[in-house]
Amino acid sequence: MSATGVTGDGATLMRKAQDVQGRSLWVDAWRRLKRNRAAIVSMVLLAIIALMAVLAPLLSQYSYAAVDYGTISCAPDWWPGTDVACRAGGTHWFGTDSLGRDLFVRVLYGARVSLAVGLVATLMSLLIGVAYGAIAGYVGGRIDAVMMRFVDILYSLPFIFFVIILMVLFNRNFFLLFVAIGAIEWLTMARIVRGQALSIKQKEFIEAARAGGVNTWGIITHHVIPNVLGPVVVYVTLTIPNVILAESFLSFLGLGVQEPLTSWGVLISDGTGQIETAQWLLIFPAAFMALTLFCFNFIGDGLRDALDPKDR
Amino acid sequence: MTAYALRRILGAIPTLLIIITLAFFMMRLAPGGPFDSQRRLPPEIEHNVKAAYHLDKPVYEQYFLYLGQLVHGDLGPSYKVKDFTVAQLIEEGLPVSIKLGLAAITLALTLGIALGVSAALNQNKLWDHAVMSVAMIGITVPTFVTGPLLTLIFGVYGLKLFGADISLPVAGWNGGALRNMILPVVVLALPQIAVIARLTRGSMVEVLHSNYIRTARAKGLPGHRIVTRHAMRAAILPLVSYLGPAVAQLVTGSLIVEQIFGLPGIGRYFVIAAVDRDYTLVLGGVIFYAVIIIVLNLLADLLYAVLDPRVSYRS
Repeated sequence: MSATGVTGDGATLMRKAQDVQGRSLWVDAWRRLKRNRAAIVSMVLLAIIALMAVLAPLLSQYSYAAVDYGTISCAPDWWPGTDVACRAGGTHWFGTDSLGRDLFVRVLYGARVSLAVGLVATLMSLLIGVAYGAIAGYVGGRIDAVMMRFVDILYSLPFIFFVIILMVLFNRNFFLLFVAIGAIEWLTMARIVRGQALSIKQKEFIEAARAGGVNTWGIITHHVIPNVLGPVVVYVTLTIPNVILAESFLSFLGLGVQEPLTSWGVLISDGTGQIETAQWLLIFPAAFMALTLFCFNFIGDGLRDALDPKDR
Repeated sequence: MTAYALRRILGAIPTLLIIITLAFFMMRLAPGGPFDSQRRLPPEIEHNVKAAYHLDKPVYEQYFLYLGQLVHGDLGPSYKVKDFTVAQLIEEGLPVSIKLGLAAITLALTLGIALGVSAALNQNKLWDHAVMSVAMIGITVPTFVTGPLLTLIFGVYGLKLFGADISLPVAGWNGGALRNMILPVVVLALPQIAVIARLTRGSMVEVLHSNYIRTARAKGLPGHRIVTRHAMRAAILPLVSYLGPAVAQLVTGSLIVEQIFGLPGIGRYFVIAAVDRDYTLVLGGVIFYAVIIIVLNLLADLLYAVLDPRVSYRS
């Protein structure tokens, strides 16, 4: 803002006011987030992993599904105590699995599946949770009581059992995996959003909107939802790692994606079976997954600090 | 509070009914049945087998038959584990699962609180950062990675301390011997230690900055007394409400841990039963775990009211 003070007529005042750049909540949060080194490093790392996953076919000469009996369970070239005979098949940066497939490519393809499950299931939980919570919180009264009671009931279900039943019964359908995991995660989202909506409902701008003749649907979509996004964004970044973990849990039980397609969970569970003879099969997928979950958690923590009004 | 407890117990009945209904119809919707096999049974025998288990009746009739049995406390026979009822199988696995779960939650609470409090007392110092980084690892590395890794280190390679071989058994229960329990309990408890440490640190930091702690300091109370008598009491309260979810996660985790270490608990039956379409066993497992989770959630809420005088359930 210029330091010239409030002199001059109304028109210049107006012009000056227009020159002032308002700082929105999000610009503010971004400035604070930029100062959080852990969060920024995490974002860069995640971007790299995601990019590698997308570009997977271009990054390696090997196919994720091609079986090569000449290079079964080869350690990476640089692994201590590598069998020399294994190097003949070309460079396998992360070694090969028990079917001679290149682990590097498979880890990247696993990243595709794991990240896709994470994003899509989280998106599902986001859509359901935000809509459900916003309606319950804003409409309130008896409807709210019934809706939240339903959430309470679902909360006490041992959900993982239902996911297991679903996956077993419907033949490991990939689409169902998204739905099933998303169906667990929206409950917390709905609770968070409802709590926020309850307090926003009391604010003056909602009253103003109602006085201005905006209908309930308009108020929910245009005034309530945009104002609950802060906590929602934080929770989303913390949901994605949970979903990735849930998927790997199912994969470990043998209920994840099917061969030759793979995910980090599948790779890890393969790796644990050969931990005595071929440690790289466990270490690389586990490291990628742990790193990704680490990054999401740091970003979530960073976002929470950046958006938390207590700090201001 | 008795009224509140009663209301909660009554409220649990519809919840359980929904759970049972959902699980029952989900199982029946799926293709395949418990008595499908590669070698087809002669039609008369198949008919007799199905009739014996009421599987020849319409599904809704089976549903009400099952509910009727359930009211009498009968979970039915297992379709696949021959000559066993579901109740017998659960009874058999129960001591193992409970011992495992109790040991894990005890370890998680003591170690988690101790780590969280010590981190909070050293806020933003090296120890704090170290504890929180390790906790983050504990949260992000799944049980089925820590399980085999620890087995490899402490079981297969073994440890030699003062010349004595103290390597731990890699699997098996052996009647619940301490040596057999160490690895599964540690693996099961690790993620919970991490979560509890983070929670404790967060609330402890908040409490340490509150006014009454400053008052206690101003009174000249010794530091350890402030921590144990004043700060910790308030700081571990949020943990009580985390106990419910923690138990649910332990149950989920025990599915994996029992599989990794080949323990004869309840969890190991569940996945096999679902694959085999062992309807009664799957339903029995779901009901059993649901009851456990509901009861422990209720206990956690009641405990909260006992510990925190600000909370009252009188309506």
